Amino acid sequence: MQYTFVTLVENKPGVLNRVASLFRRRNFNIESLAVGRTENPDISRMTIVVECADDWEAHKIEANLYKLVNVIDVQDVTRQPAVFRDLALIKVKAGPEQRAEVNSLAQIFRARIVDVAADSVIVEVTGTEEKIEGMIELLRPIGILEMVRTGQIAMTRGAYEGTRRAPGANGNGWHGDEENALAEY
Amino acid sequence: MKLSGAEILWECLVREGVEVVFGYPGGANMPIYDAMLNYPVHHVLVRHEQGAAHMADGYARASGKVGVAMATSGPGATNLVTGIATAMMDSSPVVFITGQVAAHLIGGDAFQETDVTGITLPITKHNYLITRADEIAKVVREAFYIARSGRPGPVLIDICKNAQIEKTEFVYPEEVRLPGYKPPLRAPKADLEKAVRLIEKAKRPVILLGHGAIISGAEEVIQHFAIKTHTPVAMTLLGLGAFPASHPLSLGMMGMHGEAHCNLAIQNADLLLAFGMRFDDRVTGTLKTYAPHAKKIHVEIDPSEVHKNVRVDVPLVGDLKTIVSDLIPMVDEYEHDEWLQQIAEWKSEGDARSIMSWPDDGKLYVAHLIHDLWEATEGGAIVTTDVGQHQMWAAQYYFLEKPKRWITSGGAGAMGFGLPSAIGAWFARKNEEIWTVVGDGGFQMTAAELTTAVQEGANIKVAIMNNNFLGMVRQWQEFFFEKRYSAVNMLNPDFIKLAEAHRVPARRVTRPEEVKESIAWARQIQGPALLEFMVEQEDAVYPMVPAGASLHEMLRRPVRQAK
Ligand SMILES: Cc1ncc(C[n+]2csc(CCOP(=O)(O)OP(=O)(O)O)c2C)c(N)n1
Ligand SMILES: [Mg+2]
Repeated sequence: MQYTFVTLVENKPGVLNRVASLFRRRNFNIESLAVGRTENPDISRMTIVVECADDWEAHKIEANLYKLVNVIDVQDVTRQPAVFRDLALIKVKAGPEQRAEVNSLAQIFRARIVDVAADSVIVEVTGTEEKIEGMIELLRPIGILEMVRTGQIAMTRGAYEGTRRAPGANGNGWHGDEENALAEY
Repeated sequence: MKLSGAEILWECLVREGVEVVFGYPGGANMPIYDAMLNYPVHHVLVRHEQGAAHMADGYARASGKVGVAMATSGPGATNLVTGIATAMMDSSPVVFITGQVAAHLIGGDAFQETDVTGITLPITKHNYLITRADEIAKVVREAFYIARSGRPGPVLIDICKNAQIEKTEFVYPEEVRLPGYKPPLRAPKADLEKAVRLIEKAKRPVILLGHGAIISGAEEVIQHFAIKTHTPVAMTLLGLGAFPASHPLSLGMMGMHGEAHCNLAIQNADLLLAFGMRFDDRVTGTLKTYAPHAKKIHVEIDPSEVHKNVRVDVPLVGDLKTIVSDLIPMVDEYEHDEWLQQIAEWKSEGDARSIMSWPDDGKLYVAHLIHDLWEATEGGAIVTTDVGQHQMWAAQYYFLEKPKRWITSGGAGAMGFGLPSAIGAWFARKNEEIWTVVGDGGFQMTAAELTTAVQEGANIKVAIMNNNFLGMVRQWQEFFFEKRYSAVNMLNPDFIKLAEAHRVPARRVTRPEEVKESIAWARQIQGPALLEFMVEQEDAVYPMVPAGASLHEMLRRPVRQAK
């Protein structure tokens, strides 16, 4: 099953490499990883989609991420009320005759045609992974020339938070409210 | 006041309390070596950077402080790699400082340029590349804090040459701010209560002590806890010394070459209290049948160790000493006489097979030698080892009463560790007796450090267990490859002449009656001395749990009838 983790990291050079290296080293399979800036310039946010056997493996991933000094917070949002979005640019082989067909498909998926050339168009579609997969399936018979996807990003709805399974990690989760939970040095 | 980056580095090292560094100079760290002359830090010039890494590691384990090793860029840094990985696997706090080519040259395959932070990323707790002098103070402060706190480990700082030379205002950071790094201390009350309920119910509990028990300084509270709850105590290879071997509750070492009664106790336990250990495959045997009847409580500072190999019932994540101290007032006094009686029976069965009861047959056995060494030193020496059969015999027969006297490469099992780690330990504890027990194979990997010991006047004793084999590999070939010996028999140098060439007094011992006297001879020498013991060549370490077998499926030493 695919699990989605929202991870806050320090915005420093090399952090992406550390995360990627950790996943390879510990034998976790990344499906997609999207990284970008947040409201705080010192913090970047990664949305990591990973194939996990079960919650135990999800725990392992979360706890291992905390081994990285630059990782601040990890939440598993897989089963939380959350908004999941992926964005795809799809270049479709479409001369004047097919344009109408592509256009009507795009409307159904609330996608947009963002470029029109003599024999191709670029469709931009955002949404959940399933929606994008659905669109791709329908465009495939027409002829996909090129495609790029950003990878999934996610945000929990309202006051919901993701699951934190690693007790004691970075002062987050179960230990957050305990007195003297953290070591002082 | 403006200082060069190199000067700032030494200012910071002095403030961290660093008294000795182990290293080797080269083009990319010359400004650091030049500035060093103005600071009160002793530098030990090694013969190979691997030696520097293991010395800093040995120093860290013997002192409980952070060790420091230095090397130049490129080959200097790559020579450190085995030592860094060793420190990582055994949670040893060492700061490695490497020189790097100037920042503007990075990425151009400059002379002796290597991506050292890239290479060491998976074998350090954290690492840094410094391109500007004004980053140095903050990074060094962080590096020492990260290396020694939480679950300790190696931190590497790669400093570009221009950053060593540039001058900048020196401001020592008053505090460390790391939003992503907050080591846990206490476990929540509710979780402690869950643990207590399991402890109350247990009829056959066993405490498992790992390296964490020593790192956390928890030996006293653990003794208190074990006695109060009447619970026997087993130790991992790196946990040895955390609980006195002579204590009636001690079960000695667990695992692949652990005591049979200790492994049987674990397999029959109904509760395991794992304190600062990580259920390594060398201590569990196959996980399918590991401690099948036991509930498990895991006290551990690194959240990623929890449920990693063995799923546990109650994880308590935090500092071991703090958590066990919190548990003590919550538990009652229990009595487990029946359980201890059962274990005693297993033990007496094992004693009958013990090599210690063999009659003198004129041959030297490593187990006997270690016993003699233990007697001669009254169990009070600091013992470091190399890796192989001799290491396991030393673990089995040098009974330790106190922590921080046993220094061995466990997780990495790095041959070549013995001699340099002993030299490092000497710098931490100059007034104590220090022995390193090494094999004829591993000794040759770092033997060049003998002269380092002489140059420094390090008062260490080397005991080579010469079986003329890569013994541990030979044992596996004997047991599991139909005795087809492949690449385990090597032509050794004349170790006595080798020692003498290094100006180290040395003696070869071939007969049992020479053993005591030769140990006494080595002990009275001030400075390094070496003993070469010509031991039985094809002896095997028992008990042995074959890789992939269950912990209770041990190969046992065949019973030998007294003649
Ligand atoms: C650097 C390194 N290379 C290879 C090994 C594999 N290895 C483990 S024990 C051993 C044999 C060690 O022989 P020796 O030093 O003579 O000790 P003995 O087992 O004979 O006591 C070998 C080759 C290792 N642990 N470390
Ligand atoms: Mg040997």
